[in-house]
Amino acid sequence: MSQGATLAAARPALRRRAGSRTNLTSGSSLGLGIAVTWFSLLVLIPLAALVATAAGGGWDEYIKTLTNEQTLAALKLTVGQSFVVTAINVVIGTTIAWVLVRDQFFGKRILDVIIDIPFALPTIVAGLVLLTLYGKGSPLGLEWANTELSVPLALAFVTLPFVVRTVQPVLEELDADVEEAAASLGAGRVTIFRRLILPSLAPAIAAGAALSFARAIAEYGSLVLLSGNLPFHTEVVSVRVLSFIEGGNTAAAASVATVMLAVALIVIVALDLVQGWVARRG
Amino acid sequence: MVKVSTPVRWLLRLVALGYVFLLVAWPVALIVQHTFANGFATLSETLSDPHVQHALLLTAQVAFWAVLINTVFGVTISLLLVRYRFPGKKVLSALIDVPLSVSPVVVGLSLLLVYNGRTGWFGPTLEAHGLQVIFNSPAMIMATCFVALPLVIREVVPVLTEIGDDQEQAARSLGANARQTLWRITLPSIKWAVIYGVVLSLARSVGEFGAVKIVSGNFTGQTQTATLMVEAQYQNFEHDQAYATSFILAAVSVICIVVVSLLRPKEQHS
Repeated sequence: MSQGATLAAARPALRRRAGSRTNLTSGSSLGLGIAVTWFSLLVLIPLAALVATAAGGGWDEYIKTLTNEQTLAALKLTVGQSFVVTAINVVIGTTIAWVLVRDQFFGKRILDVIIDIPFALPTIVAGLVLLTLYGKGSPLGLEWANTELSVPLALAFVTLPFVVRTVQPVLEELDADVEEAAASLGAGRVTIFRRLILPSLAPAIAAGAALSFARAIAEYGSLVLLSGNLPFHTEVVSVRVLSFIEGGNTAAAASVATVMLAVALIVIVALDLVQGWVARRG
Repeated sequence: MVKVSTPVRWLLRLVALGYVFLLVAWPVALIVQHTFANGFATLSETLSDPHVQHALLLTAQVAFWAVLINTVFGVTISLLLVRYRFPGKKVLSALIDVPLSVSPVVVGLSLLLVYNGRTGWFGPTLEAHGLQVIFNSPAMIMATCFVALPLVIREVVPVLTEIGDDQEQAARSLGANARQTLWRITLPSIKWAVIYGVVLSLARSVGEFGAVKIVSGNFTGQTQTATLMVEAQYQNFEHDQAYATSFILAAVSVICIVVVSLLRPKEQHS
């Protein structure tokens, strides 16, 4: 019985498919309803509450919170160090991707797995891990914990995989014939890299850089133990938000958090534009 | 492929290996060394602490529920996004990725603003009906769900798009109903993508720190997860215990990524 009923129900549904804006069945509508409700309760309404709370005090209060000397220092430090670390990742990440794709040596597979460790490692563990080598009693004599260097160190650790993992697949797909043709026509290695390889990798590098920048701005866990959270020196913006929350000043916390949220949204839009650019270039 | 000269190749190899060794490999190895400096004594002593046991159990519970919810939600959303058309689909698809770049601190604060029992949007009403969200496991599960939300979807959507719906249409034309098609055709074909998504979500869920710190209240023996325990241990100068707890967390996450990297090529061959 049920089969006949389904077939009968399916036929008009198939016919409808051509013109209508939706092809949802009753079951999938229910699924969509539940999923969207959950997504709203979990993500959309809380983020809306964040923006509403930040706006609640009015524009003057918002600007006053953001231009507070200590908050401004935290914002400057976070944005500045995120740019520095992203620049490091662009150079080193591309190099690592190149080594992983074009070079052959013993242990390459292990290097490939180690690249993913910062993705998987809990951030608080990442901070502790870095303390063993760059903290008090460092085996290298580099006691960077609680100094200005602790911030880029932690950020470099957690953002390491982004550029590598976006550039690696593009480099694998790159057509070696074109490079050989260029070489046989007399192009030098530097010319081939600059004129052929780099332009093909540019969108992937840009995407990796954007992801790495967003992650660096957002980072909290790995810095808690490592940086010492010294105001004006090593206090990043996420730590600033947390100290506002712990002090009960959720309005100020929300104001600073909207800046972080805005950066996250800008990066998502930028990534979308980069992907559109790649799609158009074919 | 154009070969670079040998010195340049060695230089690049040295830079890549040196950077990864100093930044990741050596520090991670040192954690292992610290944990096992006295054999298994530190590890077993740490594991016998009831607070640590409670924290590990709590992390396991929160991660289990978060991964379960995200898997069901992720597979549902992926099917809807790939197989169906509806108004607002593009917007939903774009919004799904938002949690990936939002700071854990922002996640925690947002949930706090809606669900806290005194001034939250929904918190007081929920608490009047006996459901305390903030400083309790529901908020910890929600925070973990939030940060790991897109992981299953990002694995499943490309696979669903690539396999197309030919088999599903064939099954339907042969008389299978929607449920049979889903369980016999669609789900088996995305099985590996779902497994990768689950493993990645598990690693992310076990390790969540910032968002959970804000919404849990961080009460020792009650709402303190394993990652929060590590922070407390380190700040109380119980460094050995912090290393041991970290080692357990690191082992779980490293096993997760090794499993994924071992499974991936196997699936491509079959």
